Parts: sequence; C-alpha cells; structure tokens
Amino acid sequence: MYPPAFDYAVPRSLDEALDLLAEVGDEGRVLAGGQSLIPMMKLRLAAPAHLVDINEISELSYIREVNGHLAIGALTRHADVVRSEIVGAGCSTMASAAPWVADPLVRNRGTVCGSVAHCDPEGDWNSVMLALGAEVVARSRTGERVIPISDFVVDFFTNALEPGEMVTELRVPRDDERSGGCYLKLERKIGDYATVGVAAHLRLDERGRIGRAGLALTSVAPVNLEVEEAERMMAGQEPSEELFAEAAEIAARTCQPQSDVRGPAEYKRAVVRAYTRRALHQALATARGER
Amino acid sequence: MEVTVTVNGVEYRRETEPRRLLVDFIRTDLGLTGTHIGCDTTSCGACTVLLDGVPVKSCTMFAVQANGHELTTVEGLRRDGELSPVQAAFKEHHGLQCGFCTPGMMLVATALLGANPDPTEDEVRWALSGNICRCTGYANIVKAIQSAAATMHEGVRA
Ligand SMILES: Cc1cc2nc3c(=O)[nH]c(=O)nc-3n(C[C@H](O)[C@H](O)[C@H](O)COP(=O)(O)OP(=O)(O)OC[C@H]3O[C@@H](n4cnc5c(N)ncnc54)[C@H](O)[C@@H]3O)c2cc1C
Ligand code: FES
Ligand code: FES
Repeated sequence: MYPPAFDYAVPRSLDEALDLLAEVGDEGRVLAGGQSLIPMMKLRLAAPAHLVDINEISELSYIREVNGHLAIGALTRHADVVRSEIVGAGCSTMASAAPWVADPLVRNRGTVCGSVAHCDPEGDWNSVMLALGAEVVARSRTGERVIPISDFVVDFFTNALEPGEMVTELRVPRDDERSGGCYLKLERKIGDYATVGVAAHLRLDERGRIGRAGLALTSVAPVNLEVEEAERMMAGQEPSEELFAEAAEIAARTCQPQSDVRGPAEYKRAVVRAYTRRALHQALATARGER
Repeated sequence: MEVTVTVNGVEYRRETEPRRLLVDFIRTDLGLTGTHIGCDTTSCGACTVLLDGVPVKSCTMFAVQANGHELTTVEGLRRDGELSPVQAAFKEHHGLQCGFCTPGMMLVATALLGANPDPTEDEVRWALSGNICRCTGYANIVKAIQSAAATMHEGVRA
C-alpha cells in the first residue's frame, strides 16, 4: 500500500521546522513517530501534500523536571517514557500507562506528543493527560501558546492547533507526597488499542481529603472522555469505598461505548464501572504512599 | 531525493521518492530480501530492522527517514561467515518452522541481548510481543533466545 506523492522536508532545528510549517500552512503535517500517520497515509485516509519530519531535531527529545512539572519534548518516544527514571519517580499515572501503549516496536518510534496531537479517542495518552490536568505547549513562527489539555482535545481526531503551529512540549504536573494515580487498560492482546482504559489521579489535602480528582476514559466515546461530574463530586470529600463506587456509577452512566469487535457496549460499560473503582483505589494508595 | 544509508556495514547511495517505504527500499532497491512483508499494516513485525540498533517496523517508515542512519537486517547478523549466537540457537532449538517471522524475531532478540544480556523468560516474551509467529507457539523461540544468552556469556568467559 502506498500513499500519494508528497513533498518531504527534514529540518534540523525547531526554528527551521516552524518556518517550513508556516510556508506550507494547512497543506502540511508534522511527521513524528509516524506510527499513526504513515498507516493512515498508506490507507489513504490522510493525504498531506507536505510532510515536515521532526525526527532529526534532537533538541526536542527530552524528559525534564522543571518547577513542579515534567516537561516532555515533541520527539520523546513512548519507549523513552517506559525507561525514564524521572517519570518512574515523578508521575505514577504516566509510568503505569507507558508499557501498555501499543507494542515494543511501535513504542520505539511513536511519540507521546504525536499521540496527544492525534486525538484518537482510542489513544491512551490523552486520558492520562486529562486526568492529570496537563498542558500542551504549541509553537508557531509567531509565538507560543500554552493550552490546557481539556481545550486542546477538541473532537474526534481534532486538536486545537492552528495551521503553522506544532506541539513542542507537554507539561505534566509532578506527583508530590500527597498525589498519585494510575492507568488501567483492558486490551485483547499486546499491541491492541484499549477495549476500555481508565486514568485516575488524586491529590489529597493536609487532612487526607481529596483536593483534586482527575478521571478520564479511553475508547468509550468519540473523544477521550474526562468525567467532570465525577471529578467535581469527589473534590473535597473523604475518600471511601462508597465515594469511589458512586464515581464509578457516574463514569458508567456518562460514557458512550459502541458495540464492536472488542465487545458489546454493555460489557464495556461494566468494565468502565469496575475499572474506575479499581483505578481510584490504586490512585489513593499511591497518593498515600502505600504503593 | 538522494538517500545515503549504511546497511550491515555497507554504505549505499540511491535516488528515491519520499513515499518509498523503507521495507521496499531494502528489499527491491537494495535486493536484501531477508526482511519480510507480512501485514503491511504495522501489526506483525515481519519487517523488523534495527535502526541505529533499535528494532522498528520498516513498513512504517519512509526510506528517506533512514538517510544518514545505520540499518541492520537479518543478512547482517552473520559474523565472519559464521552464524551469530542468536542464529545458531534458533537453528539448534527449532526456533523456526516456516521462517517467515524469523528475521524479525532474531533482530529483536539481538537488540534485547545487547541491552539485557541475561533476560528472564518474561523479559524475552515482553520484548517479542510486537512480533507475531503463526507456527511455533513461541516456546522454542524463547528457549532459543535464552540459550543464545547463555552461549554469549560463555563466549565472554572463554
Ligand atoms: C500496531 C499499533 C498499535 C498501537 N496501539 C496503540 C495503543 O495501544 N495505544 C495508543 O495510545 N496508541 C497506539 N498506537 C498509536 C501510536 O501510539 C502512535 O505512536 C501515536 O498515536 C502517534 O504518535 P506518532 O509520534 O507516531 O505520530 P505520527 O503518526 O507521526 O502523527 C500522528 C498525527 O499527529 C500529528 N503530530 C505528530 N506530532 C505532532 C506535533 N509535535 N505537533 C503537531 N502535530 C503532530 C501528525 O501530523 C499526525 O496528524 C498504535 C499504533 C500501531 C501502529
Ligand atoms: S509488515 Fe510491517 S509490521 Fe507487518
Ligand atoms: S516460523 Fe512461521 S511464522 Fe514464525
């Protein structure tokens, strides 16, 4: 299978990439890991006229700790996250998701920022980012914007970028001694997208109550679904079995699963209920330093 | 576009269209047909090559992206006319039947043992989880890789 012909450019610096993106406007696309874009081009579901390949811009490959958050560069691959000690120590939610994204070969190429930009509702990272309340840094030749992830994810395969803009970095809140989270994913086999995925993140206050709750779902709506009603309901409450069961009910009620090869809608709804409870308990244990 | 790549230690320079897939560049333009095409949809790992030592699916990269980089294909595993420890162990332990997945399996195994000389069975299975085999049931592939690890240790000691 072959994509239609396109123009290819391989900038060596971010500035050069931004100049190229400005020139080609909405005819252009960033080529990051290519693990979603190339398959789509081969199937002719996407046919960009210009590709701007960012794989040679090594300045975009980093995971750093900066002022209470982790900064993830646009060329940081899923495999870099799996191996990262900074993520292992600083972001329990990302650390638990990374090994379950795709398969080892795809993880060696695919990037976290590329996944976030792709806005595939079956992608794992946007649920993690929504639960964490991450921010997306977007740059164009004319400047930089910092976009909350909940504004960045606009719709099914649709992000908030303007023509000429690209994602340069993700900013993910670092866990402190009272916060933690996890990602639970049901998949049929390794390398499959989620049948259901649940990202949960809790920050406790000094008295052990829930200060902030983050909860988001994969593969059960046209977008990665932040369950805001459950997040609001948990905020300020004492964590308990009943509270988490109620949050799970809200999640099961809010999601919009479709019956497909991965199972009937009602099965997926039941998994959302069970996994939400489980994920919240695990997030709580992590926030309390019990695991 | 002109592409210069080093494949198995040999430098090749070729003119190619940007949309040329790396796997076809390797198989058709360079004539190295040990790299297989299984699914053509990024799912099976038959097309695995090492890009600067890292296993990737060559059906999901453009040849132009390999410009200036080093590739290893199955043809590059042999050392001084001898099978590499991984190749010898696949032969010895019946790590293949039809052989279609085998180049990819051996390249992943070679990269794994480079990074982790003494992997557990779980680590081997995890590393192979992007490569599909329809024949062996994997048991002998895992056995072969663990045996190759042991042989390589002996080699170091000797
Ligand atoms: C077999 C297989 C299994 C997979 N399983 C999973 C899975 O279980 N979970 C999962 O989450 N994903 C899965 N994926 C997808 C994989 O994670 C991709 O790597 C990811 O979706 C896209 O990242 P990429 O770097 O490859 O982006 P690309 O494919 O290069 O790009 C994807 C889109 O994002 C845009 N883009 C990329 N980077 C930027 C940027 N910096 N700024 C602006 N736009 C950008 C591109 O223009 C394109 O439109 C799977 C893929 C395959 C082939
Ligand atoms: S042919 Fe490339 S993954 Fe199957
Ligand atoms: S030996 Fe036949 S597919 Fe693996």
